[in-house]
Amino acid sequence: MELFRGVNIDWLRLKWAFLGFSLLFSVAGVIKMAVLFSTTGSPVPLGVDFRGGTEVKVQFQQAPDINAIRQAMDAAGIRDAKIQSYNSTAGANQVLISLPEEQNESQIDSGRQQVVSALHSHYTNPFTDSGVQVDAVGPTVGKQLETQAGRAILVSLLGMLVYLWFRFQLIYGVAAVVAVFHDTLITVGFFALTGQEISLTVIAAILTLVGYSMNDTIVVFDRIRENLRLSRRESLPDVVNRSINQTLSRTVLTSGLTFLTVLSLYIFGGQVLRGFSFALVVGILIGTYSSIAVAAPMLVAWQQWRASKGKDVVLPAAKRPRA
Amino acid sequence: MNKNLNQKLALIFVVLLVFIYGIFGVPSGVTGKSIMDAMSKRIHLGLDLRGGVHLILKVNVQEAVSTETDNTVGRVQQDLKTANLTFTQVYKPDPSKPETVKVQGISPANASTVRSTLDNKYSNEYDISGTGADGSFTLTMKPTIESALEEKTVQQAIETIRDRVDTLGVSEPVIDEYGLGKYEILVELPGVDDLDRVKSLIQNTARLEIHAVVGGPYKDEAEAATSAGGSVPPDEEMVHGSGNMATGSDADAVYLLRRVAVVSGTDFRSADPGTDSNTGQRTVHFTLTNEAGDKFYDYTSKNVNTSMAVVMGGRVKEVANIESAIRDSGEIRGSFSQDEVASLSKLLRTGALPASLEYLEDRTVGASLGADSIREGVTAAVVGVLVVMGFMLIYYRGSGINADLALFLNLVILLGFMGFSGATLTLPGIAGVILTIGMGVDSNVLIFERIREEVRAGKAPAAAIDQGFGHAWVTIIDTHVTTIVSAAILFVVGSGPVKGFAVTLTFGLLANLFTAVYVSRLIFDWHLGRLKSGEPISI
Repeated sequence: MELFRGVNIDWLRLKWAFLGFSLLFSVAGVIKMAVLFSTTGSPVPLGVDFRGGTEVKVQFQQAPDINAIRQAMDAAGIRDAKIQSYNSTAGANQVLISLPEEQNESQIDSGRQQVVSALHSHYTNPFTDSGVQVDAVGPTVGKQLETQAGRAILVSLLGMLVYLWFRFQLIYGVAAVVAVFHDTLITVGFFALTGQEISLTVIAAILTLVGYSMNDTIVVFDRIRENLRLSRRESLPDVVNRSINQTLSRTVLTSGLTFLTVLSLYIFGGQVLRGFSFALVVGILIGTYSSIAVAAPMLVAWQQWRASKGKDVVLPAAKRPRA
Repeated sequence: MNKNLNQKLALIFVVLLVFIYGIFGVPSGVTGKSIMDAMSKRIHLGLDLRGGVHLILKVNVQEAVSTETDNTVGRVQQDLKTANLTFTQVYKPDPSKPETVKVQGISPANASTVRSTLDNKYSNEYDISGTGADGSFTLTMKPTIESALEEKTVQQAIETIRDRVDTLGVSEPVIDEYGLGKYEILVELPGVDDLDRVKSLIQNTARLEIHAVVGGPYKDEAEAATSAGGSVPPDEEMVHGSGNMATGSDADAVYLLRRVAVVSGTDFRSADPGTDSNTGQRTVHFTLTNEAGDKFYDYTSKNVNTSMAVVMGGRVKEVANIESAIRDSGEIRGSFSQDEVASLSKLLRTGALPASLEYLEDRTVGASLGADSIREGVTAAVVGVLVVMGFMLIYYRGSGINADLALFLNLVILLGFMGFSGATLTLPGIAGVILTIGMGVDSNVLIFERIREEVRAGKAPAAAIDQGFGHAWVTIIDTHVTTIVSAAILFVVGSGPVKGFAVTLTFGLLANLFTAVYVSRLIFDWHLGRLKSGEPISI
């Protein structure tokens, strides 16, 4: 079986469409983030890991009644509790009760105690200790995590830029990092647009996505480098187009397979992994798109810009690959 | 050629065996259950999967600094008295700056003598400022000394918590410094549901101390303050009495005590619960360390017929009159509850917490919820892997078998590595393993697509395979090294879970290099050897 045999698509002719598409999604995400930032003080909805607060997940033995639980909370004087039923494939009868963030750490345990005792005294549906999960996070730890996660992503991008500079040329590194940044921005933007919370596992997904998208880009760049060395007389746009087409089959296959595994996570992995797999479902589509539509056209655009300035026109074939 | 092939095959076989051992160890039997048991012994499941308690605590290190300067206050007073140098008071001027001690009311004539006395004894630990012209000197703890003390306090707290948790009998507890913030401790107790019990055990600051009594008992704080002349002097403190368990009589009594303890928590060597043979009252028999014993003897012999108070958990437990000098052992007869007496001896044996703790984060996962997560994670993994393997078989036919074998070996090596390294498998970790499969197949796809290109260009099978691997190798190296570079950075910058992610990712990539390139190539070579001439390879 074979797909994409001898395809010959002029990808660079589509560059304005690509640019528009990328801009549309990035700008939409950024605007939404700005709106969220001005209203809630945070550009994306943050999960309990980062925001702080208390989340109590209870597995009841019988089907829970959300209204009865709400009444139980009210009766115990707990205000502003968010109650959602949390049914996953394996664990039915689960309810997630989240309390707003605590302003100081000394209150950190009281939320859990209040919720559990309210359920015991005002709600008849039985549950056991082994069916309770509590996440209570103070504001300090959340802030520290947020800082660290952001720094980790930025520094690792920088590291990859340096490696690509050394293996290819600076412009390759810049193009790849811009593409990956584009993917991260759009993925995070999706979380803002759809109102899903960013948790610690979502950060893990974004880190994975960074590696994945970089992979995709490097495969295309590698082909460009090889083709540039083999045919020095061909123009750069032609080489770039040919390289994308040659690797298209691999690109689509790998993305498709990774996408299938992530889809399986999204469907079977349960509620806990929903955010993680959502980030990857979005990220893999965007990551694949960006290596074709952002990274490679950037190389061409850079060369044309240099040409218009009357500088060195040829994009050198980079260093000889050593391996 | 053939001999070479056999050697390589043997190497792969050995690697397979080693990592299978990594996953299972040596199971006690061949039944499904004993294999599962063996596996769960090798591969540690995270708290989110097996249930347990996860806490992040902050040590209030300032308290330890404050205790240290309290001692200094006492020593300075003693030293100045011994040298016959008059002063009005030695005190700590600002409660929010526990590292500062002030000596006040020195006569200008004595200023230089006081200065040299202070310089002599305290200049190692303190920066001494002031000229003595206004009759005062200020001692500020040196930043290096202070941070060393703070670091020591955190370490001591970790040791103490570890000792206390050990009494719970939890297997594989994690008690360590939490890398993200200063003075923070991470506590993870797998398999524990009862958060309240854990917290009361860890947080019990039941420090036993003996203080000199200045006055009391008073009816309430106001009366105590009045008797002290309006407000409590800085070297004294107000402490409430605890209710007498039998009569409940002096529950609200207030005492004025010297702030500096005569005997502090770390001075106790042991304490054992007992009962008074005459009255049947619960007692605690204690012994002091040698050094503290000498100090105590010194104090009690000089202060016969004054009172001292036994303070525990911020309450006066007993006030006793010093009848004669005591050296290193004694008995406390106080209003202890049974639980207090029992836990006191345990706590004294495990050492006192050097400072109080504050909770920054607590998470508990019920065991049955964890079991649900495992089921969901494993289902997703199995479906994901089967879909990928099935697709490779359909798309690449014969070579698909090759890729599937390599993938399977990749999975075995990765899980085996987790068994060897003691890494913890969490739910996101399972997701990571699934992704490794999805992305791991990329190397195979790259190579196979390249081989197809070469075949299309009319090359013979052997040449096509050789060229295909050769060309793809450059790309594979670039993609893998880039990701390893970023993983290494994550390892350096990150902490805790991020570090674990980086290690697993790096190892998964190295395993992938081995399986997708080395193993896969070997399978092709073996297949080529059996191919009749002119027969095409199945790809």
